[in-house]
Amino acid sequence: MTTVTSNVRKQTIARAMAEAIAQEMRTDPRVFVMGEDIGQLGGVFGNTRGLFEEFGPERVRDTPISETAFIGAAVGAAADGMRPVVELMFVDFFGVCMDAIYNLMAKNTYFSGGKLSIPVVLMTATGGGYSDAGQHSQCLHATFAHLPGMKVVAPSNAYDAKGLMISAIRDDNPVIYLFHKALQGMGWLGTEPASIVHVPEEAYTVPIGKAATVREGRDVTIVGITSGVHHALKAAEQLEQKGVSAEVIDLRSLVPLDREHVINSVRKTGRLIVVDEDYQSYGVTGEIIASVVEADISMLKSPPKRVAYPDIPIPFSRPMEQWALPNPAKIVAAYESMVK
Amino acid sequence: MTPTREQKIWMYEHMLVSRYLEEMIEEIYMEGKTPAFNMAAGPIPGEMHLSKGQEPCAVGVCVHLKPFDVVTATHRPHHIAVAKGVDLNKMTAEIFGKATGLSGGRGGHMHIFDPDVNFSCSGIIGQSVGPAVGAALSRKLQKKEGVAVAFLGEGAVNQGAFHEGLNLAAVWKLPVIFVIEDNGWGISVPKTASTAVEHNDIRAQAYGIPGHYVPGNNPLEIFRVAGEAIARARRGEGPSLIEIETLRMAGHFMGDAEQYRPKEELAMLKARDPIVAMRTYLMTVDKMSEAEDQEIVTRARKRAEAAIAFAKESPYPRGEEALEKVFV
Ligand SMILES: Cc1ncc(C[n+]2csc(CCOP(=O)(O)OP(=O)(O)O)c2C)c(N)n1
Repeated sequence: MTTVTSNVRKQTIARAMAEAIAQEMRTDPRVFVMGEDIGQLGGVFGNTRGLFEEFGPERVRDTPISETAFIGAAVGAAADGMRPVVELMFVDFFGVCMDAIYNLMAKNTYFSGGKLSIPVVLMTATGGGYSDAGQHSQCLHATFAHLPGMKVVAPSNAYDAKGLMISAIRDDNPVIYLFHKALQGMGWLGTEPASIVHVPEEAYTVPIGKAATVREGRDVTIVGITSGVHHALKAAEQLEQKGVSAEVIDLRSLVPLDREHVINSVRKTGRLIVVDEDYQSYGVTGEIIASVVEADISMLKSPPKRVAYPDIPIPFSRPMEQWALPNPAKIVAAYESMVK
Repeated sequence: MTPTREQKIWMYEHMLVSRYLEEMIEEIYMEGKTPAFNMAAGPIPGEMHLSKGQEPCAVGVCVHLKPFDVVTATHRPHHIAVAKGVDLNKMTAEIFGKATGLSGGRGGHMHIFDPDVNFSCSGIIGQSVGPAVGAALSRKLQKKEGVAVAFLGEGAVNQGAFHEGLNLAAVWKLPVIFVIEDNGWGISVPKTASTAVEHNDIRAQAYGIPGHYVPGNNPLEIFRVAGEAIARARRGEGPSLIEIETLRMAGHFMGDAEQYRPKEELAMLKARDPIVAMRTYLMTVDKMSEAEDQEIVTRARKRAEAAIAFAKESPYPRGEEALEKVFV
């Protein structure tokens, strides 16, 4: 963390995101916001609350349910000198507008030989655990991270949420900003208390592409992002009871991916568990493990493990969904199977 | 085209079944969610989009349909499912996430699938359109009887899938009817702020197909217009578009405080209840007696109660069953 103030100012991720956007809107007239229900309602997930009241309907624009149109429009506005922050309400809805995202937003800089800058922030809600079924619960980390041309960030706490949002808005490239519903601090979605942390009032940045060690340890490195970080921290506490010292890394960004940070940790601990609420195959867990193995396989004392979502659509029914989700117990079990 | 007395009673009774079922769901949904509303808690977790107030759209259209006809619906599907003849017990069990549910608990309230009566839905806005067009194409190719009806909200007409689907159906002259339930709201955004035309029936002109606007949330008017459109499709004369003025009597989903909605509009909801209007109509025009009404009401309530009891008594699936049914 870069800023220390004496007053503790605890905020939810939702609040921190809105504050970051507001601060950038105050200083940069090019920044404006578009999306469904982001105006008067303040966003279904609360992350644009207060913006409509402060900046009005010209700069905080409720859109029709036309994602292809308004995300495509964000690309055009960005190429023409604006800095749109757009919301895709649930990441699951990318299906109706992916062309605007990965064929326009992600590629127009390259197609123009680097002449065009596309500074769009696309923020979108991820994650399940509250029985919203298979079209409203996905994470899709790997889907976005796989496609070149977009930066991808995903905070696990309010401090990072604000700093990453400001970095994303100031970045001259498109940034996908994934926020996990269970960490958002909206009571109606349940709230992970550890995501609510001190947030300095002044504007600050958290660098895109830098992971953070959120707990130091010696015996195993547990890597996660968003909800995975909180599962990892809880697992680390349980492991500590058993005399095991776990290091926890919050990736914070998927693109660029801070491989060095993970490799350095595994060099120290010799063991690796990767946690991800996204589908297991072809995903973040495999990418992290491959990065470590490619760097130096000899530093691993045992095969690495992953705790991820099975390769199935997300079921509605609570017993099935809870069974499929990653959790601290699965991480502890993964460690135990490593040292058996 | 006017409904027979029997058809009117059918419409009334199915509106009641849907309403009673939703009232019971509403009460059970709140269990475990007070004082703090947490969507994950209680016997029915997740989002809950109630259809109360919109029942006329469902019955006025589905009264003309047979089980072999195809219906695709939205994230707000209960009333349509009831009118299409979806198995009420299994549907309710699905809403509760039980093993006896239509999909064994995999789908939940936004994903009601009953192939026995050709009913399905999607929680993604606009995605009722393509599958209905495809079902109509299939019937045409197979020379099989049946039409397809896609229900969608007025908010969905600004989705590309709507326009692409209309054109495809029109150019191939498919037996499909697009039914827009215009409740005036897409979550917190009023139709006036999202849609450039007052009524969407005009959009039919752009695709060279008939368009109808039905004001008043009145099952009898809907019956007439839908009946003609469906008959036209059955004759092989191609698709139609119908927009129905209806009423969202609840919040967008349960837990929605509706602070964005004008107070006067909220105050009017009860007075505009279409079921009350239908009852009054039946009593005055069709001389329905108090006794007959009581009989219908009791029948409808009992069906809903039985479905709720079935759902409550049913077991949950085991966690690892999540792995099953990804492929057939
Ligand atoms: C592609 C897509 N975008 C956004 C949403 C989120 N969403 C769910 S319901 C809804 C409003 C739909 O309005 P309307 O079609 O009028 O139906 P109503 O809810 O009024 O029945 C929105 C925006 C979604 N489910 N799918």
